[in-house]
Amino acid sequence: MPQVSAPTTQATGRVVRSPHAAWLRVEGHWQWYRRHWHSTLFSSIAQPILFLVAMGMGFGSQVEPSEATRNLPYLVYLAPAMLVVGALQNAVGESSYPVLSGFKWQKDYWAVTATPITPGQLLAGQQIWIALVIGFNGCAFVLIATLLGAVQSPGILLSLLAMVLTGMACSAPVVALAATVTNDGNAFNGIFRFVVMPMTLFSGTFFPVSQLPEWAQPVVWLSPLWHGTELSRAAAFGGAEFGPVFGHVAYLVGLFALGIWLARWRFRRRLVV
Amino acid sequence: MTTVGDGVLVQANGLVKRFGEFTAVGGIDVAVRKGEAFGFLGPNGAGKSSTMRMVACVSPRTEGELSVLGMDPDRDGPRIRARLGVVPQLDNLDTELTVRQNLQVYGRYFGLSRATVRAKATELMEFAQLSERADDEVEPLSGGMKRRLTIARSLVNDPELLLLDEPTTGLDPQARHLLWDKLYRLKQQGVTLIITTHFMDEAEQLCDRLVVMDHSRIVAEGAPSALIKQYSTREVLELRFNPGEQQDALDNGVADLVERIEVLPDRLLLYTENGESTLETAHAKGIRPLSSLVRRSTLEDVFLRLTGRSLVD
Amino acid sequence: MSTTQTDTRVVSPLLRIAPTGMYARRARMLVERSVLVSRKMWLIILSGFFEPLFYLLAFQVGFGKLVETVQGPGGQTMSYVAFVAPALLASSAMNGAVYDSTFNIFFKMRYQRLYEGVLATPLGPLDIAMGEISWALVRGVLYAVAFFAVVSGMGLVTSPWALLMVPVAILIAFAFAAIGMAATTWIRSTTDFGLIQLVLIPMFLFSTTFFPLSVFPGAVQVIIQIFPLYHGVELMRGLATGVLDPSMLGHLAYLVVLAVVGMLVAARRLRVLLLR
Repeated sequence: MPQVSAPTTQATGRVVRSPHAAWLRVEGHWQWYRRHWHSTLFSSIAQPILFLVAMGMGFGSQVEPSEATRNLPYLVYLAPAMLVVGALQNAVGESSYPVLSGFKWQKDYWAVTATPITPGQLLAGQQIWIALVIGFNGCAFVLIATLLGAVQSPGILLSLLAMVLTGMACSAPVVALAATVTNDGNAFNGIFRFVVMPMTLFSGTFFPVSQLPEWAQPVVWLSPLWHGTELSRAAAFGGAEFGPVFGHVAYLVGLFALGIWLARWRFRRRLVV
Repeated sequence: MTTVGDGVLVQANGLVKRFGEFTAVGGIDVAVRKGEAFGFLGPNGAGKSSTMRMVACVSPRTEGELSVLGMDPDRDGPRIRARLGVVPQLDNLDTELTVRQNLQVYGRYFGLSRATVRAKATELMEFAQLSERADDEVEPLSGGMKRRLTIARSLVNDPELLLLDEPTTGLDPQARHLLWDKLYRLKQQGVTLIITTHFMDEAEQLCDRLVVMDHSRIVAEGAPSALIKQYSTREVLELRFNPGEQQDALDNGVADLVERIEVLPDRLLLYTENGESTLETAHAKGIRPLSSLVRRSTLEDVFLRLTGRSLVD
Repeated sequence: MSTTQTDTRVVSPLLRIAPTGMYARRARMLVERSVLVSRKMWLIILSGFFEPLFYLLAFQVGFGKLVETVQGPGGQTMSYVAFVAPALLASSAMNGAVYDSTFNIFFKMRYQRLYEGVLATPLGPLDIAMGEISWALVRGVLYAVAFFAVVSGMGLVTSPWALLMVPVAILIAFAFAAIGMAATTWIRSTTDFGLIQLVLIPMFLFSTTFFPLSVFPGAVQVIIQIFPLYHGVELMRGLATGVLDPSMLGHLAYLVVLAVVGMLVAARRLRVLLLR
């Protein structure tokens, strides 16, 4: 029979500091990803490539290079824009149900904040993880697009920066939303159908914004995807001017900052009560 | 071949359920009579829920005979289910509907008319003390309310036989007692109850007769009082000692005082017909426990004796 | 009473292929449930109508300017928007039905455990399969009629045969709802939905939805013709333009077989999963 001994338990009492704490969270995501990466492969990498093939090569076979396509083959014209569309879809996908699940189904956010890690660090870890995923998927896209002959200049490597920035600008507000909803995430359906879908179609990805009716153009300025697409094409095809580039970057950074600020508020509200 | 006797609602002979290699129920014989409350007791994984699912006609048996309400579940599933009420282990309420809609929609599955289910829903909400929450969603209800709603739902077709799989697991004492009260009323109305549980007090409160299952087999059967008489003594003497002194007591021959003794890490259990006199004898032998307690034997003592103290899963 | 007596009762042909206990003829009760639930989700239901509309709009103002005309059925030249519109109707019927019969069914089955409760009543797995598929169809009909009205309002259909596009949309929805529900019964966790997307998106993109079959190299053309949606698109486009030919009966038969097989497989799999 085991003898009862005096208490010997001693907590470590260690509190991890901020950047390191967020990074620990990223490591947690990585553990998950190592087991499940194959299941996300399709939506994250194959899907944008399929759109590139279908629209760039299939539909593009019917398109004559013209001023509307910057006198480029349609496939080449489309590639830097599809790169950013991929970022948008990845960002929204990674920021919606996975984040809600952390609060609602899997409840791992509650488990994490029961440790010395704070809600703010948890959020930072989530955002860093999403940025890494988007960046990785972007590299894979560029590689495959190059093999398909959709890339003509190394400028597309610069487009990757625009892509990650756009992804983060779209991710942060959705994370804030996911931290707010309590039902089964019906709001995300609305986001997918009424925001992501029309944004994908009408932000100059497939055809120039100038083809839209005049009244619609100011609406397009609100679309982070349009700003990202402009940046990405400028990087890939050259001809960037400082003014517009600064404006696009400022808008995207602003949206990201707003989203983070809202998300931080919502994370605290929900996890620290 | 066994025939179903008068007033026997559920008859199982050599009932077996296997999932691939795994045997969940390893050949049990059970007869549940009309109007009684019958219990299946057993640790997790003993085969209680699998048995319940076979009786509920949602799980085909692997071997043996089973008759429910005089019919064969394999052949007459829908006709049997039409006369059963089922309260599953985990609530499976329709979270997209309100309390009232849950009852109405479920009643429709039994082919009841819209007017009937409307009246029935009002009556059952009254029964389950949920009338005030009639038009609320199910999700925010407390555990006890959800459980009451699940039970109310199982009554929508005026079942002759009610199957309850761990009806009070996870509820607070108030909610448990309220549920027992409801179940007792149903029994008085003549509804036959089959209950699985691993709460001994619940089984003692509710069941006229019960079987104890362990490792997919039945290890004991009878009324709660009869089982206590058969498998335990009238009283139990519990002795606690300072750390280290328990072994001294054992060396001192405390075990010789009674027919059966159980040695636990923190105390000794002495099974005896008269706890006070055993305690006196112990004192006389110079055994000095830190504290002592004399209590009546319960079903829990029977259960632990039959199924052991080690974890099953 | 003997428990092993053979069943000598007369059963209907549908019940004869399905084991007893599969069907209690109360599938409509599940549709009633869906109608009740849908009152709260009208926005989502409404949104399903906008998706093809957004696409149509994009083709009208955008893609249609890049490509003015393409070769339509029977070799005639037609406007690109008129070429795409019938295909959008077919693919939106597919998308709506698959969404209803995969994600929704999976959540009800796994997380809500709705069907466990239903199966404790006299209803059987076939009631569930038919009830849920019927509801997907009701929604499909609403979308198809609305989209058809818009397309004809824009003058994109040119033949009276086009009226038949609505029943064809329902058939497409039926076939995909049945197949989708059957596929869902094999899904283990939400991550497996990626596999459904893996089938759905290429089908949506390559079933001659956005460009003619002739664009593909010869070998790929054969693969495309295996896609169920290809047959739906061909039917739609033929009806919209009034260019009919006997091969359309083949397309029709393909979809009907798919629908029937899908539903039987779904009901059987539900039995395996839920009545074990």
